[in-house]
Amino acid sequence: MFEDSVPLAHYLTLSAVLFVIGIVGVLVRRNVIVVFMSIEIMLNAVNISLIAFDHYLNLSNGQIFSFMVMCVAAAEVSVGLAIIIALHRNKPTVNLDEFNLLKW
Amino acid sequence: MEPIHAPESIDLIALAPVLVLSVFAMGVLVLDLWAGKNKTLLMFVSLVGLLMTAISAFAKHPIPTFAFTDSYTVDHLSLFFICIFTLSSALTILLSYEYNEREGIKVGEYYSLILLCTVGMILLASSTDMIMIFLGVEIVSICLYVLAGIRRDNKASNEAALKYFLLGAFATGFLLYGMTLVYGSTGSTNLFKIAEFVKSDSAQSNPLLLMGIVLLVIGFGFKVAAAPFHMWAPDVYQGAPTPVTAFMAVGPKAAAFAAFFRVFSEAVPELAPSWEILLSTVAVLSMVVGNLGAIMQTNIKRMLAFSSISHAGYLLIAVISKSSLAGSSLLFYMLSYAFTTFGAFGIIILLGRKGEENLELENYSGLAYKHPLMALSMTVFLLSLGGMPPFAGFVAKFYIFSAAIEEGFLTLVIIAVLNSAISFYYYLKVVVFMYMKEPAGEFNISLTPMTLLVVIIGLIGTIELGIFPDTIISLTTH
Repeated sequence: MFEDSVPLAHYLTLSAVLFVIGIVGVLVRRNVIVVFMSIEIMLNAVNISLIAFDHYLNLSNGQIFSFMVMCVAAAEVSVGLAIIIALHRNKPTVNLDEFNLLKW
Repeated sequence: MEPIHAPESIDLIALAPVLVLSVFAMGVLVLDLWAGKNKTLLMFVSLVGLLMTAISAFAKHPIPTFAFTDSYTVDHLSLFFICIFTLSSALTILLSYEYNEREGIKVGEYYSLILLCTVGMILLASSTDMIMIFLGVEIVSICLYVLAGIRRDNKASNEAALKYFLLGAFATGFLLYGMTLVYGSTGSTNLFKIAEFVKSDSAQSNPLLLMGIVLLVIGFGFKVAAAPFHMWAPDVYQGAPTPVTAFMAVGPKAAAFAAFFRVFSEAVPELAPSWEILLSTVAVLSMVVGNLGAIMQTNIKRMLAFSSISHAGYLLIAVISKSSLAGSSLLFYMLSYAFTTFGAFGIIILLGRKGEENLELENYSGLAYKHPLMALSMTVFLLSLGGMPPFAGFVAKFYIFSAAIEEGFLTLVIIAVLNSAISFYYYLKVVVFMYMKEPAGEFNISLTPMTLLVVIIGLIGTIELGIFPDTIISLTTH
């Protein structure tokens, strides 16, 4: 019954805004963990679109897709945190600008 | 009681390569518990697994077969790609064995991760559903993040893993958002249904769909390291262990191109006028940035990273041409690129020793006086990468360019040919160092048998594909 009051466009806008916040976070912040969080915001913004499309267009693939996205995000988090911890053992910092061994 | 039938679309024989390789990958993990410090057994089991995978890929007849409600396809493209993937993974494992012993990488997961990564690549090349393509991309990427950082005590390796992880996950976001918008505007994740929708409807001017396609280009562009989304490649290639670098330059890149080609030639070919110009820009930028970047490098791994960016540019021309001939040329290019790249990286590994990888160009000065055969093979690989006849690289480039000309992309081909000419500058720079400079120090090369085997396989492949390409070309066209 809420379908009339909140149109699809609103969900899509919300999702787009969250996605852009994520992008800006990745590009602007220098703390590894915060960058990482911004990436997760991007993935979840996509989930909102997927579910909204499914609900308004009477589809079902998107719900399965969003479950897959969550699984993948969880796997990525575990690998990502492991990498950050391995890095932190060799160089105790979380500032991205200090990782500058590799550059021309 | 009525017997319960599985839905017809569940076809485990079509999925056989994925299943076989997954079982072997997990088997290697378990075996590692008993194997102790000696990883020979693991290497052997992995190689057997890859061989079985390649064989099981041909279990399904007739092709093309569509399984799992059209989300998994066994067709000519995927079969040939499976052969390239198993070959490149096998060569990686052969390259890794002695390197890992030398550099003290003592983890058995290494082999398992390479096999799992190959599973992802097979899924990527065989999927015709965006959900499956997404999962394939992620299986490949997550394995590679770990492989890039497998030297836990090495700062460069750590840093490479972190950079690869952050930018890879960032790219995943774009890819995913692109897929979502395409799904939302067409109502399906299946590539064939998307194609039908795009054909039948006035979808040509749907802004959501176009936006989705742009985001897909960005996402795939990151994964294949095409400019301007290439920033991660040089750092990651330099920091990762050398066999992993060779692997990344061939297998996962081929897989990403397979999916790239499938999505753009099967799902949205009708929208070509709108994405052609975008992809052409990316292709030209990749060639220019890759070649100009490579000229300035002094580290050979970094130089090959930039060279692989320019190769991504050439391969994108095949994606843009999108005919079946272009698909065949993509296959041939990837195969010849695999032989050449693995050979070149084999030489790079042979030249290093424990603690000293000798990756600077100066380390190659005078190689031809002390080890003429090694210098000669390196020259063959570099000339083939540049596209000099009679080596494989020339036939591969010729094949792609002729496919593009047939589709009428003359300007693009002219730019690509000019770029190949530029690329000779830095490939020949290495040759000049090897043949015309005095040796800077002693070469302390131990010719380890398995790395040598990879170099020889690479050499045979490069020359064979260059001089007698007919057999393979007839295999790629069907």
